[in-house]
Amino acid sequence: MSSIGTGYDLSASQFSPDGRVFQVEYAAKAVENSGTVIGLRGKDGVVFAVEKLITSKLYEPGANKRIFHIDEHVGMAVAGLISDARQIVETARSEASNYRSQYGSPVPLKYLNERVSMYMHAYTLYSAVRPYGCSVVMGTWTDYEGPQMYMLDPSGVSFSYFGCAVGKAKQAAKTEIEKLKLGDLTVKELVREAARIIYLVHDELKDKQFELELSWVSKDTKGRHELVPRELATEAENQAKQALADIEDSDEGEM
Amino acid sequence: MAFMGDTMNPTPLWQNGPSPGAFYNFPGNASTIAPSRHGVQDFTAHSASPITTTTTVIGVKFDKGCVIAGDTLGSYGSLARFRDCPRVMKVNDLILLGCGGDYADFQYLKDIIQQKIIDERCVGDGLQLKPRSLHCWLTRVLYNKRSKMDPLWNSYVVAGIQDGEPFLGAVDKLGTAYEDAVISNGLGAYMATPLLRDAVDKGPLDQETAIAVVRKSMEVLFYRDARAFQRYQLGVVTAEGIKITDEELKHDWSLAHMIQMK
Repeated sequence: MSSIGTGYDLSASQFSPDGRVFQVEYAAKAVENSGTVIGLRGKDGVVFAVEKLITSKLYEPGANKRIFHIDEHVGMAVAGLISDARQIVETARSEASNYRSQYGSPVPLKYLNERVSMYMHAYTLYSAVRPYGCSVVMGTWTDYEGPQMYMLDPSGVSFSYFGCAVGKAKQAAKTEIEKLKLGDLTVKELVREAARIIYLVHDELKDKQFELELSWVSKDTKGRHELVPRELATEAENQAKQALADIEDSDEGEM
Repeated sequence: MAFMGDTMNPTPLWQNGPSPGAFYNFPGNASTIAPSRHGVQDFTAHSASPITTTTTVIGVKFDKGCVIAGDTLGSYGSLARFRDCPRVMKVNDLILLGCGGDYADFQYLKDIIQQKIIDERCVGDGLQLKPRSLHCWLTRVLYNKRSKMDPLWNSYVVAGIQDGEPFLGAVDKLGTAYEDAVISNGLGAYMATPLLRDAVDKGPLDQETAIAVVRKSMEVLFYRDARAFQRYQLGVVTAEGIKITDEELKHDWSLAHMIQMK
């Protein structure tokens, strides 16, 4: 990067002469090193899938989860620095809880997203703090608005998505997601697709081990965010492995 | 500057005179007749009495679970003010909670309990609050409040399944807590307890007889308790889960004219 050493990348509260805030861009870089996270918004719900990279064989299976419950009806999948992400999860949980205590109803995702975005954005404004090194995807399903999903960047920018990907292989994952007819697919079908995409974009040479995390919030779960039942998750995972093996076989055939 | 005394609240210049910088209060003036209570308000007197109240809640243990019931009337003193005040709540798959007393206090604590359950679900370890823990937590909350001379004016009945076994416990507004096979508060303590205890003492109770005796107790209470109501909720908790149903009593006052009050 040509900008390094120019002095404009030392603080989040200073622009560079060409109008950039480098600390925020570095935070985005931190997210790009993390395992891939995808969110799919289908006909009747939202599905999250995370490629959780295992950095040590000494960890217990299931350690350092990257999918969180925010409220009964909201789920969050995170990419980037896990400790930063956990703080965002905490913030989102207290926002959801405050909304509930004040208005007596579950927080609308649109509102929750706005609050969490404002919080993240505040950390891009001052020299005394650094931006959050994580991106988060939030999703819900309600009776009156159907499925909803937002992705939130370290810069504090957020958009609503049909399908989104973040992390190491976001480009490859996005290309795969674009092939899907998201509006027509049910969450049961999306779980298989999500598992397949994560297995497909996983780079076996660079990162050996990973765990697949799957969760959903849909009409079938009565709008509650839940982990995908183990039976279905293993089935989707096996299908993903099979699909990957088929591709490799056909590649060898061509050679 | 100790020689200046308390500069914020100076003493009057002479006996019954004005304080420096203040106006003279003429004797016989309205503000001098009514004793000025400014600054000496009794801030320790808080909720000395309940406002909108609900009456008895009863609970009984049977071989595989518990039944609790409470009517849906919110009384404003002796006025039957609100007719739809549900107060038997499902806490989670293991716990039923019933409440009598001030309805606002119950609603306040209900919201806190529901948020507790959500927070617990957020942890994501699949564990659930158990009835004995909620019972203990309630004793802490209620006892703390009463120790601040500001009690939550409720008595709670916690029913549930603790490690496969039925659990039934009570906590009142003073933080007094106990477990028993039969629990009822308020007027029900006098009128329903004997009926329920009789049924329990006859030997192991099954679900059907337990529900029947609770229904009978609700009927007796309806006839005898002037704050009772014909519509009530009946909650059953077993290992299979929790079911809350809305019930309505068929009442018959045709005997009433034969009763002579002397």
